[in-house]
Amino acid sequence: MSWTKKVLRINLTEGTCTPEPLNMDWVEQFLGQRGLATKYLSEEVPPTTDPLSPENTMYMVTGPLTGTMASTAGRYSVVTKSPLTNAVACSNSGGFFGNEMKCAGWDMIILEGKSPTPVYISINDDKADILPADEIWGKSVWEADEWLHAKHQDPQLRIAAIGVAGEKGVLYSAIINDLHRAAGRSGVGTVMGSKNVKAVAIRGSKGVQVNDPKAFFEASNAAKAVLAGNPVTGEGLPALGTQVLMNVINEMGAQPTRNYKESVFAGASKISGEAMLEPRKSDGKPNLTRNAGCFACTIACGRISTIDPQHFSIQNKDDLHKHYHGNSGGLEYEAAWALGSDTCIDDIDALTYANFVCNEQGLDPISLGSTIAAAMELFEIGVLTTENTGGIDLSFGNVEAMIKCTELVAKGEGFGLELGQGSARLCEKYGHPELSMTVRGQEFPAYDPRGIQGMGLGYATSNRGACHLRGYTVASEVLGIPIKTDPLETEGKAGLQIAFQNATAVFDSVGICVFTSFAWSLEDVAPQVNAACEGEWTVERLDELGERVWNLERLYNEAAGQGASADKLPPRMVSEPATSGPAEGKVNGLSTMLPEYYAERGWSPEGELTNETKTRLGL
Amino acid sequence: MQMSLVIDANKCTGCLQCEMACSYEGEGVFNPTKSRIKIFPFHEEGIFVPYTCTQCDEAWCMHACPVEAIQLNKTTGAKEIVNDLCVGCKVCTIACPFGTVNYNADSGKVIKCDLCGGDPECAKACPTAAITYQDANWTGYDKMKDYAAKAMPAK
Repeated sequence: MSWTKKVLRINLTEGTCTPEPLNMDWVEQFLGQRGLATKYLSEEVPPTTDPLSPENTMYMVTGPLTGTMASTAGRYSVVTKSPLTNAVACSNSGGFFGNEMKCAGWDMIILEGKSPTPVYISINDDKADILPADEIWGKSVWEADEWLHAKHQDPQLRIAAIGVAGEKGVLYSAIINDLHRAAGRSGVGTVMGSKNVKAVAIRGSKGVQVNDPKAFFEASNAAKAVLAGNPVTGEGLPALGTQVLMNVINEMGAQPTRNYKESVFAGASKISGEAMLEPRKSDGKPNLTRNAGCFACTIACGRISTIDPQHFSIQNKDDLHKHYHGNSGGLEYEAAWALGSDTCIDDIDALTYANFVCNEQGLDPISLGSTIAAAMELFEIGVLTTENTGGIDLSFGNVEAMIKCTELVAKGEGFGLELGQGSARLCEKYGHPELSMTVRGQEFPAYDPRGIQGMGLGYATSNRGACHLRGYTVASEVLGIPIKTDPLETEGKAGLQIAFQNATAVFDSVGICVFTSFAWSLEDVAPQVNAACEGEWTVERLDELGERVWNLERLYNEAAGQGASADKLPPRMVSEPATSGPAEGKVNGLSTMLPEYYAERGWSPEGELTNETKTRLGL
Repeated sequence: MQMSLVIDANKCTGCLQCEMACSYEGEGVFNPTKSRIKIFPFHEEGIFVPYTCTQCDEAWCMHACPVEAIQLNKTTGAKEIVNDLCVGCKVCTIACPFGTVNYNADSGKVIKCDLCGGDPECAKACPTAAITYQDANWTGYDKMKDYAAKAMPAK
């Protein structure tokens, strides 16, 4: 029950689709989704594997609650070895793809090897086929989506696809499902492209069952009431989306600006969630049309937006690109800061446009925006010139330049190919690696760790490279969830970060959205898992499971050369004090927090897993 | 008092909780393909529209059925499928002008909304009150009230 206990293994080299039983011993230890697929990865893909070689394997994986009526239970993850970080990659997406996989009867789809020609995977319940994709290779996600729906004459087909960026090897390519939901980070789309796979199209009609329906409804209804009554999940997120954070983070002096040189952005209010509600001059409509929910989500933070019909960015978009003239997935905070404040751009329509492009061609807007911002700083100091950029004036605040760069990366053309390697490789190439705001080669998200100290430790230790979704201590340091801690203090942040990292690893292994953790603790999650699944799933068991998942990822990274040696922040964060706002004069105290973190993790002072910790966690 | 499902598409977020509640009530499984209510996303327009049977008084499906397998529930007003009588001929699916009666290939019978015997699960599951269950004589009440507010004379 709850798990289908079936895995679809697709060998692209051999051209075979083979069902196999889910390894239930691993389920006992790792539950599902992130944890379970990481176990498969660590057993099947040696950590030294070249991520873009056929020897890498990609896992599309659901959790035990995926496809049930539990709130937000439509999630799936893509786990693989990342070409951006050379570490473990795990990107999580909502929309309606994960539940469809589960409805078709599969807990996990494994893509291994490499197809000799472009293909897509067609799955209709038990029937799985590898079919030619020549007609959509070179097309965008949106074009592929339309073509597949027409070809299969099935409006209810659920599709996850890559765009041209993924085909061309842009290292932060995303897999987009349902037109604008993304398994966004760490280049999981690049791995899919390297296997010559354009899309996975699924239709499932079997449905999902739970072990103890009565207990499940009791637990999931109670948990839904908790979400509805919480100010973040019940009010802030539905009303303003993740963009509820723009003004909040800016006011506390943690808004990354000018490639993280500054931490307050003067134009923040113009690109905020509140600004998305303001009627514009041209047609009297606001940027935001409405909020939307992913499968089973009772929060509904998703943004459905339009671009100002008079904005220059869409004047040349014809019928082929009709989506640019209608509604589509709108700005999230992470896209808004990276493409906006980090590049000093406060044009909300330009940002919405760039975000649409990221969805159409499958790009991670965080890495894209950060890389453009790093390029702008290289341009500012004169090491990058218009000769390198193909004539683009990459001055901070240049809206046309940001848009041009976005379009070039999306299509893997010209200077876009260089930007498509990410900021670490770009800054290295131009002799200024210190200007790349990355950890393990992955670009920072939206929180300046000088103003939110715990996040610095989080970025440095994140197993998939700099990331906010591995240990979101912003919840505590800014929003007071579950308790308020001082964002400018380092004391206690090691324990706080570990608690968030472990709990998040559980949420990511269940099939639910991590945003529920604004309101839910494991006390809310465990009864739902326990009712849905066979066996006994207590808070204590899940808590230990989260720690096990984290340590397994770390073990993999150690063997991949991405262990303790990569636990560091760019010099700007630890030696250049913030210049304004509440964090003025502060640097991040990583050197204080890191030894405490290692000790509390039960690792050696050098940051390596000890035999005791491995034994305790059964690794 | 007879009750009706009232749908306000402007409130729908497209989460499909209603489809799961419906399929679970009808088939004992979370399965949108077995739901009697469907959410239609109109992507470019940016709107989600829930749609299901409106329980016509002179129901085309009921009149078309050659074996009287669609019968009126006098308490709820719902037109219900009697599974023991349904032969799966699908004539009702043709007769219904709205498409809300559909064939279930797994059971060989048709399925349609039966208002869950007077306590519709979709309305209970909807997190935004886009689907409510209200007095059948006053399904326009909320809309009238909204327009009344607009017509209110200025003080």
